[in-house]
Formats: sequence, C-alpha cells, structure tokens
Amino acid sequence: MAMSFEWPWQYRFPPFFTLQPNVDTRQKQLAAWCSLVLSFCRLHKQSSMTVMEAQESPLFNNVKLQRSKGHLFLLPDSSLKYLWRKAEGRQQTEGKLPVESIQIVLEELRKKGNLEWLDKSKSSFLIMWRRPEEWGKLIYQWVSRSGQNNSVFTLYELTNGEDTEDEEFHGLDEATLLRALQALQQEHKAEIITVSDGRGVKFF
Amino acid sequence: MDRFVWTSGLLEINETLVIQQRGVRIYDGEEKIKFDAGTLLLSTHRLIWRDQKNHECCMAILLSQIVFIEEQAAGIGKSAKIVVHLHPAPPNKEPGPFQSSKNSYIKLSFKEHGQIEFYRRLSEEMTQRRWENMPVSQSLQTNRGPQPGRIRAVGIVGIERKLEEKRKETDKNISEAKEMVELSKSIANKIKDKQGDITEDETIRFKSYLLSMGIANPVTRETYGSGTQYHMQLAKQLAGILQVPLEERGGIMSLTEVYCLVNRARGMELLSPEDLVNACKMLEALKLPLRLRVFDSGVMVIELQSHKEEEMVASALETVSEKGSLTSEEFAKLVGMSVLLAKERLLLAEKMGHLCRDDSVEGLRFYPNLFMTQS
Repeated sequence: MAMSFEWPWQYRFPPFFTLQPNVDTRQKQLAAWCSLVLSFCRLHKQSSMTVMEAQESPLFNNVKLQRSKGHLFLLPDSSLKYLWRKAEGRQQTEGKLPVESIQIVLEELRKKGNLEWLDKSKSSFLIMWRRPEEWGKLIYQWVSRSGQNNSVFTLYELTNGEDTEDEEFHGLDEATLLRALQALQQEHKAEIITVSDGRGVKFF
Repeated sequence: MDRFVWTSGLLEINETLVIQQRGVRIYDGEEKIKFDAGTLLLSTHRLIWRDQKNHECCMAILLSQIVFIEEQAAGIGKSAKIVVHLHPAPPNKEPGPFQSSKNSYIKLSFKEHGQIEFYRRLSEEMTQRRWENMPVSQSLQTNRGPQPGRIRAVGIVGIERKLEEKRKETDKNISEAKEMVELSKSIANKIKDKQGDITEDETIRFKSYLLSMGIANPVTRETYGSGTQYHMQLAKQLAGILQVPLEERGGIMSLTEVYCLVNRARGMELLSPEDLVNACKMLEALKLPLRLRVFDSGVMVIELQSHKEEEMVASALETVSEKGSLTSEEFAKLVGMSVLLAKERLLLAEKMGHLCRDDSVEGLRFYPNLFMTQS
C-alpha cells in the first residue's frame, strides 16, 4: 500500500546508515532520520510500531543501497545518483541502520515529543508526526472557529464525524487524540469525560 | 699456531719490507710457547718471525691468512701485544712448526716495545692488501682462489680484471663481516668462560664499526646519565638524524618508524621506546625543527615544524571527493603514504567535519561530509 514515498537523498547516502562520531555531523544525521521517520509514518498512517517492526521496515533498511566506488552527484531534484565506472560492476549491498542506532533515533524523537513508549520494556511505541500539543492546538482552533465551545463531543465524532472531514485531524488515531486532549486539559481548555459508550470531551 | 710455515726469511721479488721489530714473543692462543725472543718482520705479503738466538729458525704466515688484528695494551709486568686472528690453514700448506693447533689466533708480545708502530703498519697493510696486486712466486700460495698476478690490460682481459676486482670487493666485505663475527664470538666466549668484562679495546672496536653504519658516537646513558640531560642531548641528535628521512616521507613519520630507523643506525646502545618518547617530548621545548604529535587515537608521530597536517586535510578532501569515497588503504595507495598515517589524516578530516564515514561489513569508507554541505 506504500504510495510513492519520496525517500530523501540521505537514504541513498551510505554514511546515513552509520552513526557518525563527529558530534556536529551526528546532529544533522539524526535530524534527517527523525524527519524521515515522521514523514514515513505519516504517509503510511502508522501511529504505532514495535522495535522489531522498525528493524525490518524499509525505513531503516535500504536493500538497494549502492556502495561501490563511483562519482557522487547530487541532482537538482535532491536525489543522489552514482555514476558508475564501466570497469567496476555494481555492488549492491544493504544499508542497514544497526539496532543500537535505531534506539538512538527513537530516543531523539521521544525527546522532541514525537514518540512515546507504550511499555516499560521499550518494545513498542507511539509515533506522532505532530506533537500532541500541536494537535491539541489545531482541534481547539476548529472548535473555536465553529463556535462550539462548551460543547461535548465523543472522541469518534471528533476524528470521524462529517463536520471534521476537511480537518487535518480527521482520521487521527485514538491514542494520539487522547494525548492531544490531555494537553488541552492541562491548559484548562478541555476536559475528558466519560460518556455512555466510551469517552468524550468537553471544550471550554 | 699451525698456520706458520718454515721459510728462509728471504723476501721474494715484489715483496717489500715494511717494518721490523726485535724482542717479540709468540703465543699460541693464550699459551706461551718456545718462541720467546725473535725479530718480527712485516712485509707487503707476510709476517715473518726469526728466532734471535737461532737464525735458522724462521717462520712466516701470509697476511692473507689474517682475519683481523687487535691491540692489547701493556699492563703491570705485561708487554703490549697484538692479537692476530687467523683463517684456518689450507689443506695443502707447507710444513711449519706445528701440525695442528686448537687456537685460531696468536699473540705477538712486544717485550722491547714498538707495538704501536708495528700495529699501525700492519693495519695499513691489511687495508691496502698490496699482496693482491703484486705477483709473487708460486711458492707463496694464497689460501684463496686463483693467483692475483694479473697485469693491467684492456679488452677482454680488462673486463676479466674488473670482474676479479668485484670478487675481491665481495671477499673483502665477507672478511669484514667475518671480523665482526669473530669479535662477537670472542666476546661471547669470554662471557661464557667468565673471563671478566669486555675490554675497553673491544668496545672501541665496536664503536669503530658503528662509524661505517651510522652514528659515530651514540649518545648513551654512560656519557650523559639518565634523566633530562640525557633526553635533551638525545632530542638534539634525533633532530639531526630525522631531518632528511622526514623530508623524504612528506614531513611526517609514525613514532614506530622513527624507532626502527634510529636504532638501525645506532647498531648498539639501542634506545628504549621510553627514552625515545621522552626525548621526543622535548623537541618542541628545545625549539628543534621537529615536533611530537599525538592523535586522538593515541598514534604518535614526528612532524617537521613546517608540516601542516590540517592543510593536508584540505587536499585529502579533494582526493576523496574525486573518487566518491575511499578506504584508508585506497587513500594510502593513491597518495603514497603508510596506511597508518593515511588513516590518521582521514580521521582528522572527519574530526574537522570535512568527511563522514560508512562503517559496514565491507569495511570503513570515508565520504565527503554531505550532511553539512547539503541542506
């Protein structure tokens, strides 16, 4: 079901799959990884993942990574191309980010607020391409815009109701939604309540 | 003592007398023998000893049979001596005073002095080897190869002569090597028999060999003691030895390379790694034209002061960019450096942010740091 996902140029750059020892370089590298993970999960509508799944996913495995010596060209469309020398054949090898490095990327995402561990043993996680606070803000803006303060909604209505079809948060997964509402709750802009068949929220 | 042959004592045609000395006693190895008072004659070809009391008793050895000679200084109640180490006697040797002997050397004791001058002349004859160029009669046989009695000529004979000279050179080198071997054997035996310390003479002899191999006067702990003074002197000596080798190697050498080079030149009184490092640590302080540098990895190098490793990094980046990516080995080969130093340069480039790495099962490769240059 993967639509044509546009891999960033780093994905074809072999050093991307080695954790860089130079601190400044590493910073750039990790930023690129975080960005890639979020856009990948966003496109594939993946809100949670296990570490095992991550290891096997094309996200951290570029099976078509080419390592052979060749001239490196960065094309205007930001894709990376190798120009092969005729004498040397292609050498197709895997680009695989080692699991320790995957852990470091995930930790980066957690620090930025885009990831939450779902269990103590850190085997699965919630991945939010927008931070809960950001979602909360969007939801509250819609509520205010449509003059629906002091209204009560079920969670389902918010993410799957007709009224929210044009909104970005339409189709948002429940786990992320809850966290978004919890963030609003912190700001006293909403309150999570129990309704007849589940949970709902009241906006202020 | 079995190398001597009876002789009339008369010199042959083309054989010239160099020096003679009365009052010389001969020892067979360390043993006193009956030949206790004689006149020793040195010619261009032979060493001749004639008994002072009985002129009929006259014997000689060919100079070509001498491996090398040593001086033994006079002591209390002891005359100065010359020790003459000899090649084994040839099988077809003429009769002499002894048919066999367990010793490969004799001693000449100068009871009426004259040892110094005699030694000097004998050394000269040994060096010049005039017996090889001056043909003598068949009765004086050398114990090696064909007769050295060729006349200078051109053409084929000239070529043959050149070949002959080359062979002699080789023989000379071999005999010099033999000297070393004999000397070290003699020392080893002395140590084994616990006959006391290595004599000063022998130390001097060793040092004279060092002249031809490199350092005339190695800075030793004896001369300068252990401690800063020693290391300072050593540092100065190192600066002298290493200047040219460093220039030949692009201004930088690993400390292991330096260690090997320096100790090879010294031959004896080798430097310990510790002493080398301590001396190198003083190079910069003493404002010498080289310095010690330690990379993050712990690798230590000696650099010329004029060498700027950081500038070399810029050219390294160019080289890597041209090729797309390089391993340390590939880079070393391209640039003509040792792999160790090549790796250090690439690591420095990485540290400075110019390169980044790809570490996989295929090995460690360096790429231009596109993380920084591309946005």
